[in-house]
Amino acid sequence: MAAAEQGVDAARKEEEEEEEQVVNPWEVSAGKGGIDYDKLVDQFGCQRIDDALVGRIARLTGRPPHCFLRRGLFFAHRDLNELLDLYEKGEKFYLYTGRGPSSEALHLGHLIPFMFTKYLQEAFKVPLVIQLTDDEKFLWKNLTIQESKRLARENAKDIIACGFDIERTFIFSDFSFVGGAFYENMMQVARCVTMNKAIGIFGFNLEDHIGKVSFPPVQAVPSFPSSFPHLFAGKDQLRCLIPCAVDQDPYFRMTRDVAPRIGYQKPSLIESRFFPALQGENTKMSASDANSAIYVTDSAKEIKTKVNKYAFSGGQDSIELHRKLGANLDVDVPIKYLNFFLEDDDELAHIKKEYKEGRMLTGEVKQRLIAVLSEIVARHQRARSQVTEEMVDAFMAVRPLPNMFG
Amino acid sequence: MGYTKDQLLARLQELKIYFTCYDHPVVLTVEEQAKHVGHLGGALSKNLLLKDKKHRLYVISALAGTKVDMKILSQRLGLGKGGLRMAPEENLLEVLQVPLGCVTPFALINESASAVSLLLDQGFKSKQICYFHPLTNDVTIALSSSNLDKFLISFGKQPAYVDLEAAPAVGKDNPPDLAHLVPSGVPNSSEQPVENASHTNVPHHQNNVPKETEVKAIMTISKVQSKGAETSSKVDKPTTNTSVDKFVNDVFDIISPLLSEELKKLDIKKEELSSILDGLRGRADPDLKSIAMTLKNASYTNGFHAGFKTMLHRGLNG
Repeated sequence: MAAAEQGVDAARKEEEEEEEQVVNPWEVSAGKGGIDYDKLVDQFGCQRIDDALVGRIARLTGRPPHCFLRRGLFFAHRDLNELLDLYEKGEKFYLYTGRGPSSEALHLGHLIPFMFTKYLQEAFKVPLVIQLTDDEKFLWKNLTIQESKRLARENAKDIIACGFDIERTFIFSDFSFVGGAFYENMMQVARCVTMNKAIGIFGFNLEDHIGKVSFPPVQAVPSFPSSFPHLFAGKDQLRCLIPCAVDQDPYFRMTRDVAPRIGYQKPSLIESRFFPALQGENTKMSASDANSAIYVTDSAKEIKTKVNKYAFSGGQDSIELHRKLGANLDVDVPIKYLNFFLEDDDELAHIKKEYKEGRMLTGEVKQRLIAVLSEIVARHQRARSQVTEEMVDAFMAVRPLPNMFG
Repeated sequence: MGYTKDQLLARLQELKIYFTCYDHPVVLTVEEQAKHVGHLGGALSKNLLLKDKKHRLYVISALAGTKVDMKILSQRLGLGKGGLRMAPEENLLEVLQVPLGCVTPFALINESASAVSLLLDQGFKSKQICYFHPLTNDVTIALSSSNLDKFLISFGKQPAYVDLEAAPAVGKDNPPDLAHLVPSGVPNSSEQPVENASHTNVPHHQNNVPKETEVKAIMTISKVQSKGAETSSKVDKPTTNTSVDKFVNDVFDIISPLLSEELKKLDIKKEELSSILDGLRGRADPDLKSIAMTLKNASYTNGFHAGFKTMLHRGLNG
């Protein structure tokens, strides 16, 4: 079980003392040298995923573990071993992930949790619910309700393009779905969290509007199967696994705290690191800076330009110096990106070695990265072009999923 | 749990089977029973629960005066000379779900007894009234054999009347004449059927007396299951396979041999061949899976909307 689960208040104290990192659903900022994940794991109280766990997942699913697991992109968890124990005994679970649809411009960093979730769905043969928190974006951003709902649908198309199985996937937006059993669970959760606690966990203050304060239960209750009576009727104790980025951890710390008090199982979590901006770990990937990330709408030419021009290189300034000293892999962004997206372990190891020892040049590494990224983006664009409004309607229809465990 | 006397009597009334009911203290033997109802003019029955070497059970229900020779019966059933024994008490309690001294054809209404064979004395047919215990020893019910038949048929049991005193020769030229009454396909014939009988009860016993057709269906189902016919339901039933993985594998299975053939013509070595094919497969896999999933989702979408519109139209037209 996790050690004491501390909240943002602890992070704030540390921040005041040392001016260090801040990680919560609305703010991610690193101290010097980027995010210290070890510190984060300690502070949040989750566990690290080790090689043994990755091997276990491979054995249980009968297929090689996903690249993101092998390379430590998904690096932390809560109660994943317990979930796997149950799965081994034949007890199923369902997946829950989501997106806050704040913009139409999706970049690769946004797709990562979905790519990983798709793998989990296929590997474990379990159903998935995807929450589009259009209400959250309305509450936090300067959007109209209509616009939030529209963005939710547009984002749904990109999500669908990641290749989710319609027989096992239910996508919903809060504005459309909240009500009934889902709302009942929201109230149950809300009653269990004091204002003090919410302020402590999420960093609210008395000037924040009450919409923000009452939002967290909305993101909590998809962890409970009874929120989806059309899917999981009678399966109140069905387990839930939540793949998410580590900054979402506070929501689920709260959820896990409340769950036993209202007679539900605690959800398990599998958490990812942050995806670096093209310009390096210390830059934030932002929708306003098109050059900070590769967008799913980028053409092959745009990808080439962005990587060549903006991807922060750990190589040396001149070829002679580079051949002599080699590259600094710790800050090299193309290497970090290849780490996530280059499937072939051997090829990656080779590139890293050659680059570090100065035999391979930055240009070559970038060239390889461009090829890899172009392939991924092209595949996504083709799939995206085939997603119709009717398909979105079907994914979002409140319908039974009879084959969800098949 | 098994039927109670009251449930049984209610059942008989529902089936419009005429019977008379006599209460008396608990009796364990026919003689004792005779003391209470023997003077009433009906025919007393003696009921035996027998078991063969393969643990199959038989209820022999005979007129009290009929001589039942177990050796002969055994031969006539095709079980050899010493094939029949008295069944142990557990079988009474677990299979027939009646107390000691209470073997009765009525016990066969219990699903636990669905595999039990019932042999009725031919002599019952000539009697106007026959006496049986209705699942408890402190009551006797009197009814005609044709009404007993009606009852048995109501839950799918065909009454089998036998001349229990007959002793035909059984040999090469004379096959056992009662062989057809041996229960077929006990689920685990090597294990104790007592446990099996209670396990093959799939629907839990209804407390309300079920309708005739439902009971028949249930009896047929539990009979079918007791024959281990689950295997036959697995065979030959096509299932819709919507697995994208399988589809992509099938595509490769079609293309690989064709490609191999062509590559062989170019004098490529066998070892290289397989690594070429594997490499190809690895590279094509993500794209193939992606387009297959798109097709699957698009097909589902069309079907979903067609279904939705169908419901919409039907709803409007009432």
